[in-house]
Order: sequence, then C-alpha cells, then structure tokens
Amino acid sequence: MGWIADGMESIRSLQIRQVLTQVVSLGMIVTSALIIWKGLMCVTGSESPVVVVLSGSMEPGFKRGDILFLHMSKDPIRAGEIVVFNVDGREIPIVHRVIKVHERQETGEVDVLTKGDNNFGDDRLLYARGQLWLQQHHIMGRAVGFLPYVGWVTIIMTEKPIIKYLLIGALGLLVITSKE
Amino acid sequence: MHSFGYRANAVVTFAVTILAVMCSIASLSDNFNASSPTAEIKVLNINWFQKQPNGNDEVSLTMNISADLQSMFTWNTKQVFVFVAAEYETPQNALNQVSLWDGILPSKENAKFWIHTTNKYRFVDQGSNLRGKDFNLTLHWHVMPKTGKMFADKIVMTGYRLPDSYR
Repeated sequence: MGWIADGMESIRSLQIRQVLTQVVSLGMIVTSALIIWKGLMCVTGSESPVVVVLSGSMEPGFKRGDILFLHMSKDPIRAGEIVVFNVDGREIPIVHRVIKVHERQETGEVDVLTKGDNNFGDDRLLYARGQLWLQQHHIMGRAVGFLPYVGWVTIIMTEKPIIKYLLIGALGLLVITSKE
Repeated sequence: MHSFGYRANAVVTFAVTILAVMCSIASLSDNFNASSPTAEIKVLNINWFQKQPNGNDEVSLTMNISADLQSMFTWNTKQVFVFVAAEYETPQNALNQVSLWDGILPSKENAKFWIHTTNKYRFVDQGSNLRGKDFNLTLHWHVMPKTGKMFADKIVMTGYRLPDSYR
C-alpha cells in the first residue's frame, strides 16, 4: 500500500507551477494527437483516414480487428478496389470490394456495385431499400494500406467501456503523480 | 527514475518502435519484387443471350481462364485476389466494368491455375447495347499483404465480340 501513500503525498506536495506544467504537457499530448488526425485527413483527403474492420465479410484478406488506411484521390473508382462506403440509413461504414462499374460518358458519374470477398452475393441487400448502385458521394475512401490486429484496441474499448474508463483513470493518475 | 513504470514504458515503447520499423521494411521490400505474370482467357461458348423484361441485355458465357501469378508472391504476401472483368464502352457509358469471375489465391502453389467456368456474376449491361459489341477481358489482381501497402495490376486481353443477335 506504500505507493498509494506516496501518491497522496506527491499530490499534497504539488505546487502551482508543477500543476501548470502538467496541465500544459497533458494539453500537448491531446493536441498533438488531434494535429496528427487532422493532418492525415488533409493528406489523404478522406474524412476518416483510418478505419477498423468490424466484420468478417472480407476474410481471409481482412479480419475483424485489422486496420485499413484510406485514401481519397480524384481518380475515378475502378473495379477491384476496396472502398469504404456509407449507406443511407446505416451508421457504420462498410469495407467491400467493387465488382461492377458503369461510368457515364459526359458527366463522369459512376454507378458502382460492391461485394464482400467472403459473402456469397453482392451488396444490394445491404443498400437502402430499392437502391441498386452506389454513387460517388456514398464512398468515403479506398483502402491503400493494411495493418493487422491493431484495431482490437478500439474494438475492446467500444465493447467494454469499463476498460476504457479504467485506462483513462490510470493514465490520469500517472500524470498527476509523476514528478517530472 | 528507475521505477517499474518507467522501465515498463521504455520496454513497450522500444518494442512498438521496432515492430513498426520491421512492418515498414517488410512493406517496402515488396517494391523490389520483379514480376512476370501471364494470362490467357478463351471464351468457349455463349450459353444464352437475351434482353431482360426491364430492357437490359444479359449474356451468359463459358470461359477458360489460365494464368500464372506465382511471381506476385513475396514473403509479405498474405493472398492474391484475382478477378476477370469484361470492359467495354457504350454510347451512354464511357466505361463499363463487369466482374465475371473471381477467386482467392492463398499461396504461391495455387497461383498457377487453370479453370473452366461460366460467369460467376451476372453479365448485365445498363441498357441494350451488347449485340455485336466488342469487349476486352481483363485479368486484374490485387496483392493483399501481411502488412503495409496493397498492390494491384492487370493484363488486358482484347478482341472479344458478342453475337449480333439474341439466342
């Protein structure tokens, strides 16, 4: 129990200057994370540059808990690309492969059909009622890079919020009690 | 200075850094892979060719696909996704890509393959433009890595033509 007493002691012995330093360093951590995120958004042109795979519909290529890096360039969508799209009326974006593309002659608008590699049929059942094709505005980005397992951190935190609060609490305590 | 927390922090930071460096090196090493893929697709038969009640042309065909993608595999390759798409132009659409068949090559041993198949996905046009239509068959592949950047490329085969009348 010695470390609790030590911790209390260090809280008591805090001086205003130390508190300020710690607040500033905490602020630096939070803002630098935000800068990296927003910077990535600018560089990749996608509103969410990194997504976590939540379902097994792209197995064995992408498993639940893998993360994908997205890029949204001006290049038109082509068959075979793995895109992340939002369907009206569904909150969670879906990561699937494009299997059909029809691109208009003059306007350049595209009609796109997608399918999960591990699913039997195409995605028309997942789209909004009566929707046959995805358009450009549904698509948030195309996957360009892949990193396995890392996404489990966020999956565990969203599914077991208690772990998230424990972690934040522990980190907070560490910041308060650390001396330098 | 030498508390448990500091040491744990140092070890974890070091481990994560090394892991990140190794992942990026593995991904970068893919760039040095020289590949020499080959592919051949024969259309053996037009099984049927008709106009759907909604006015779109649909065709069913039998193909013979043979390809050798063994050179696409490196130590950082998890699998190669391969598919065949019919590509053509119509007065309405500058580009139509219709996937006809696809497959997953899980290892180098499976990457030299030969398959006799009808189209797995429906070959339906947007409209009624398929009679006498010249089209390309393109073998696309998508290299999915164990970690890092994904690669894609294709071989375009030209000179295919659909019949002039429904059957």
